[in-house]
Amino acid sequence: MIPASFEYHRARTIDEALELLAKYGEDAKILAGGQSLLPMMKLRLASPGHLVDISEVAQLKELREADGLIRIGAAATETALLHSALLRGKCPLIGEAAAQIGDPQIRNRGTLGGNLAHGDPGNDHPSVMIALGASVIARGPAGERRLPMDGFYRGLYDTQLEPLELLTEIQVPTPPARSGAAYLKLKRKIGDFATAASAVQLSLGEGDTCARIGIALTNVAPMPLRLSGAEALLAGKRITAELIEQAAQIATGACDAADDFHGPSEYRAQMAGEMTRRALAGALERARRD
Amino acid sequence: MGDKNVLRFTLNGRQVEVLAEPRELLVHVLREQLGQTGTHIGCETSHCGACTVDLNGESVKSCTVLGVQAEGAEIITVEGLAKDGKLHPVQEGFMQEHALQCGFCTPGIMVRAFRFLNENPDPSDEEIRLGVSGNLCRCTGYQNIVKAVRYAANKLKAARAQA
Ligand SMILES: Cc1cc2nc3c(=O)[nH]c(=O)nc-3n(C[C@H](O)[C@H](O)[C@H](O)COP(=O)(O)OP(=O)(O)OC[C@H]3O[C@@H](n4cnc5c(N)ncnc54)[C@H](O)[C@@H]3O)c2cc1C
Ligand code: FES
Ligand code: FES
Repeated sequence: MIPASFEYHRARTIDEALELLAKYGEDAKILAGGQSLLPMMKLRLASPGHLVDISEVAQLKELREADGLIRIGAAATETALLHSALLRGKCPLIGEAAAQIGDPQIRNRGTLGGNLAHGDPGNDHPSVMIALGASVIARGPAGERRLPMDGFYRGLYDTQLEPLELLTEIQVPTPPARSGAAYLKLKRKIGDFATAASAVQLSLGEGDTCARIGIALTNVAPMPLRLSGAEALLAGKRITAELIEQAAQIATGACDAADDFHGPSEYRAQMAGEMTRRALAGALERARRD
Repeated sequence: MGDKNVLRFTLNGRQVEVLAEPRELLVHVLREQLGQTGTHIGCETSHCGACTVDLNGESVKSCTVLGVQAEGAEIITVEGLAKDGKLHPVQEGFMQEHALQCGFCTPGIMVRAFRFLNENPDPSDEEIRLGVSGNLCRCTGYQNIVKAVRYAANKLKAARAQA
């Protein structure tokens, strides 16, 4: 299995990547970690004439925090996310999800930007970023745009990104004190996509009431699902076991999963509920200790 | 389009130069252009890890990296583990602990274990299992693979203590 022929271009800077994209137009594709694109090219599900490799653009690998915003370069690898002391200290949800993606070799290549841009409902970072209230920065011929992750997906493998746009950065509001998060992913074995997974990020306010909450599901619909109904149910309240139960039922009801090798759709919907139940309980406990 | 390019990289400490098309996968460049057939092709779909090599100090599946992406890189394959006719402790561990049967997965797992022990010199059994979780073996049941990596960890630790 080898891909169809193409020309390869290694970009050194963001500007160089953008110039190459503009030059080759819709016949070009960005190559980041290649852990989704190369398998698709081997199966000839994708046959771009030009690949613009951004995996060695140093500017796209930076990870820093400023003015209440954690800013992650799009080409930061899963391994880099896992090893980041900044993330571990200030936003552990991202590393918790990264640890459950693929296996060590996949994580050494796969990038956060690629995981978000790919648009596969099995990708784990999209629901995490939606729960965190994150946005992405896209740069293209018309300049720079900031796109909230909530609403970024239009359908299966379909995002708001235009063909000549490069996703450069992911911006995550730094969670305040008394925050807790959890990513619960049911999978058959390491290296598998989720049968169902749930991301929760919450912050507690006065009297232990829920000051902010984001909940989103992975791989139980053609796109990541934000559970706005469950968020509204919990916001402003003291989170009790009964409320968690109701939120889990909302999760199950929201699913639109396929019957496939992950299991029948009914099972996957039930598991989305269970993952949400556990993620909420885990996030709450962590927030109380934070 | 698709013209062959001259590709230069360091393979097991030696500078090599090959002609390759951009669409050639790194594993094909290693096996077919350079005759280094220790790196195996199991699934060719990024799942089994038989094709694992070390690229700039990181384990990667060479069926899911392009040869051209290795331009200027440092690559270590199973052929590079033994030094001066002496087996690397990881290789010795696989022999001592009977960590292979058919041996098809072995080069990939040994190259992965080599890097893993660099990253985590004193791992728990659980960490070893997670460390080599990107490598599938259809024969051994993994028990002895974990023992082999543990053997190598102990041997490398003893060597460090002496140095
Ligand atoms: C065995 C295996 C197991 C896996 N398991 C999981 C898993 O459990 N969970 C999970 O989430 N993923 C999993 N993956 C997928 C993996 O995480 C990929 O790395 C990820 O989906 C894509 O990231 P990438 O950097 O490899 O992107 P690439 O494969 O290089 O690109 C993917 C797509 O995104 C586009 N793209 C990439 N970067 C940008 C950018 N900066 N701007 C605009 N477009 C861009 C590319 O053009 C392409 O269309 C697995 C993959 C394999 C092979
Ligand atoms: S041959 Fe590369 S992972 Fe199986
Ligand atoms: S020894 Fe046969 S596949 Fe591992």
